[in-house]
Amino acid sequence: MPQYAGSNLKCVRSERVVFSNLGFKVEDGDALVLIGPNGSGKSSLLRLLAGLLLPAEGTLTWDGEAMVDDMDAHHARMHYVGHLDAVKPVLTVSENISFWSRMRGHGKDTSENAVGDALDTFAISRLADVPGRFLSAGQKRRVTLARLKASPAALWLLDEPTTALDKDAIAALENLIRDHRASGGMVVVSTHAEIKLENATVLDLSRFSQRRAA
Amino acid sequence: MSWIILVPRTKKDPKVNESSAMKRIDWLANPARFQRLSRRVRPVAAWLTVGLLAAGLYLGLFQSPADYQQSETVRIMYVHVPAAWMGLFCYVSMAVAAGVGLIWRHPVADLAAKATAPIGASFTFLALVTGSLWGKPMWGTYWVWDARLTSMLVLLFFYLGYIALVNAFDDPARGTKMSSILALVGVINVPIVKFSVEWWYTLHQSASVVKAGGPSIHPSMLWPLLLMAFAYTTYYIWILLLRIDGEIAATKIRAARMRQVHG
Amino acid sequence: MNSFLNIIQRDLHLALRQGLDSLMVVMFFVIAVVLFPFGIGPEPGILARIAPGVIWVAALLASMLSLERLFQTDYEDGSLELLSLSPLPLELTVLAKVITHWLTTGVPLIIAAPLLAVLMNLDTDGFAMLLVALILGTPSLSLIGAVGAALILGARRGGVLLSLLILPLFIPVLIFGVSAVDAAILGFPVKGQLLILGAFLIGAVAVCPFAAAAAVREAVK
Repeated sequence: MPQYAGSNLKCVRSERVVFSNLGFKVEDGDALVLIGPNGSGKSSLLRLLAGLLLPAEGTLTWDGEAMVDDMDAHHARMHYVGHLDAVKPVLTVSENISFWSRMRGHGKDTSENAVGDALDTFAISRLADVPGRFLSAGQKRRVTLARLKASPAALWLLDEPTTALDKDAIAALENLIRDHRASGGMVVVSTHAEIKLENATVLDLSRFSQRRAA
Repeated sequence: MSWIILVPRTKKDPKVNESSAMKRIDWLANPARFQRLSRRVRPVAAWLTVGLLAAGLYLGLFQSPADYQQSETVRIMYVHVPAAWMGLFCYVSMAVAAGVGLIWRHPVADLAAKATAPIGASFTFLALVTGSLWGKPMWGTYWVWDARLTSMLVLLFFYLGYIALVNAFDDPARGTKMSSILALVGVINVPIVKFSVEWWYTLHQSASVVKAGGPSIHPSMLWPLLLMAFAYTTYYIWILLLRIDGEIAATKIRAARMRQVHG
Repeated sequence: MNSFLNIIQRDLHLALRQGLDSLMVVMFFVIAVVLFPFGIGPEPGILARIAPGVIWVAALLASMLSLERLFQTDYEDGSLELLSLSPLPLELTVLAKVITHWLTTGVPLIIAAPLLAVLMNLDTDGFAMLLVALILGTPSLSLIGAVGAALILGARRGGVLLSLLILPLFIPVLIFGVSAVDAAILGFPVKGQLLILGAFLIGAVAVCPFAAAAAVREAVK
């Protein structure tokens, strides 16, 4: 039963302590929602969980083993969606998505089916052959979220995924997350409360940051 | 305490058997402790510099024999040769400090690398200028593309690249990390460049000080050289400590500014 | 292995679709070399004497021009951070990108070199060796350049800074690359120079992917 836990985490960015003494735990089926004002470290925490950043103090463990011991394995079991969409302007939507699912080791044929399903989930199948440069911001966001469906991963780390999304797309994302959790996946999401998740633990980062109230 | 961010991970892995050298390096990682040590060492280094420089210059300029071919101008050697040594020594030190900073995330090591660069660059520049001045009476021109001078010139470019990179980022910590990587890549290249340039051209005086059979220079010439080398080294230590203190102060100022902005 | 080839395929795809980049690199190479007869005079003897050096220096500069974009676009649109989060080790990702860079920059330069050798009146004894030396040397340039390209991510004035960083590092390759051609023209043995160029290449493959990956990790923090 996979479990991702962190204790006593301290994050330093640009010589500033963003948060300290932070601990958390997610197990399969869990959702962790990060809230807090701008600058409180939601994005930094997600990057820490992804392994892009290393904590100044504290430990991160997956199933009891230190995450840093095997970063490649950690990368294989997680999806990260950040602020940027990574959509190449000259590649079509399906080429964009299938590149990332092939990066995770899926063969050409399996990934084609998966890409089709992923496009359906976010209602962008009609855009499959459209080059990235013609897409709107909301469409690019859906393309990058479609990666989540196109190849499986136990842990999803989503940094404000609903940016530029309309109601329908947000609903599609909520359904996707629900299915993911039902099959044992874990989700950590940072949001300004536009997304509804049942039985989610809420982590308020302003408790751990050193900002005084402005 | 905002400077606390300079303190590295304090939890020690109990399985690691630390050598005494590592313990000393770790001990120096605390900036406040470093500054206390620096405050005591700096005056010593400064006075040693003055003393050794005086002794070296006196022996070199007045006591040592003039070369029968180059007469008095050979005395530039006493400034030029140690400066060239220091240029190389500083780059290696910079790379070692960069390595310690990268591998063990030792914050003072990072600052030491950053602080060494301008000093090493200055020594290299001094070596180039004095080498050029020395060359005029010897070769008739102010510059000759011989192996030594050319290698020194490339070394100067290595330094300038490092200094440019370290200052090219808005986030000083990133600048230090990136230039530490550059320093490590550079230090591997220093012998390669030296080998390549020598292969390409040889004209400069052969290395007559350190040879397998011992120095072939008359003792009266050797002593001033060594004294000047030691003087430059104590100067380096003095200015290095000063600069590191300056970097630590700059970090505190930035932290205060951050507190002002972020509350 | 799949992922590794995947990156090469995508980058080649991107290079082809964005088109003309390789052509522009070759155009720069040609123009840079052509400037020399204008600057020095068209006397065949002088041109022949400086030909190996001029062609090599122009190749260095042309290589360098395309290096800035090696990581920059991926860095700006978020692809680079996703690449650093993929199961494929970042060192291999970097190597894949370097191979693509060589295929889209080094190889066109090698193909254009004979034309420039003719323009610069290079001694015919040196033609073959010029190609061999470039084949051995240009991958090293791509590897060293990748380290520089990774170091300047997020820096101000990245393009100019890149040249300051990597041109000094190119000097050993330049020295031995030119020397090989000169030796071939004069009838001297070239084995030493070629072995050394080969050693540089092996050393670069061993060191540069790690240095570049370290810099990329720092850049995407």
